[in-house]
Amino acid sequence: MKNYRADLHIHTTLSPCGDLEMHPVNIVSQAAKKGLDIIGITDHNTTRHCPLISKLAAEKDIFVLMGVEVTTKEEVHCLAFFENTDALNTFQEFLDASLPEILNVPEIFGYQVQVDEKEMIIYEEPRLLVNAINKSLEEVGAFVHALNGLFIPAHIDRKKNSIYSQLGFLPDDLIADALEVSRHSVPGQFAAAHPEIKRFALITSSDAHYPDNIGMTPTGLILGEPSFSEIKMALRGEKERRIMLL
Amino acid sequence: MVMGNAREGQVWITIQTHQNIVAVASLKDLAAIIIVKGLSPDPDTIEKANIENIPVLSTTMDTFNITGLLFELLKKE
Repeated sequence: MKNYRADLHIHTTLSPCGDLEMHPVNIVSQAAKKGLDIIGITDHNTTRHCPLISKLAAEKDIFVLMGVEVTTKEEVHCLAFFENTDALNTFQEFLDASLPEILNVPEIFGYQVQVDEKEMIIYEEPRLLVNAINKSLEEVGAFVHALNGLFIPAHIDRKKNSIYSQLGFLPDDLIADALEVSRHSVPGQFAAAHPEIKRFALITSSDAHYPDNIGMTPTGLILGEPSFSEIKMALRGEKERRIMLL
Repeated sequence: MVMGNAREGQVWITIQTHQNIVAVASLKDLAAIIIVKGLSPDPDTIEKANIENIPVLSTTMDTFNITGLLFELLKKE
């Protein structure tokens, strides 16, 4: 059993708000520099950069949790992670079918570009990815779980696009694998002020949009080895796998 | 925002359809919820509204127009 440093919320150049330096090669080299063992790739409503980053990271012994930061109908941001590219691609189809046909204006919102390992732009996403998809929090959560994925409402402490800011309070019957507290709050303090979150595992992550942010407020994961199923066990506190807030 | 600002007996005009709107309306003793733009409440929202006895109305109008209409009606009184 070993303690792995994980930053499970990182944006790339595909997110309009992501810096153009957040291309796959640079994310992996920054993650290595910051001593991260596990990174989560979570662009707004797209998973397209995950397979390449996963491949590049493996060469540096970094495990990638492939995922996305979904904007639900209620404009709540939620992280979703998948075990393999089949599930990831199925979820991508779900996102493509659920995202409104509103085009990005790069001069206003920023560029949404997919970059290859030679740092060349190979695709530009035409639709504005930060928009809300037409599926509810519950519908997104249920579909993620149908694909055996992990569902984690993001930055629940924030005053916008969080489950609290959009819905007023945590729904009683919320099904989630963990909740994420942003780097702007201390998880222990937030949990003390919100006793209703006690039944959930908590993680902290950087929500990095710039290279310098990568690795800020990481989460420690006690695992046998870095893998999707081990991380799932750690979130559930099973078989001595667990989360250690750093 | 609604939790902080709404007062008892008011009608809440919203684009949200999630079940939490019923709990917020119940907590703040609101008279009714009006959902705009022809959106339908989520199935569990209707279920909770029936339990909590909160009228949930729906209109095809947007917030600007339904608010204007209600304002005009109230002004006549």
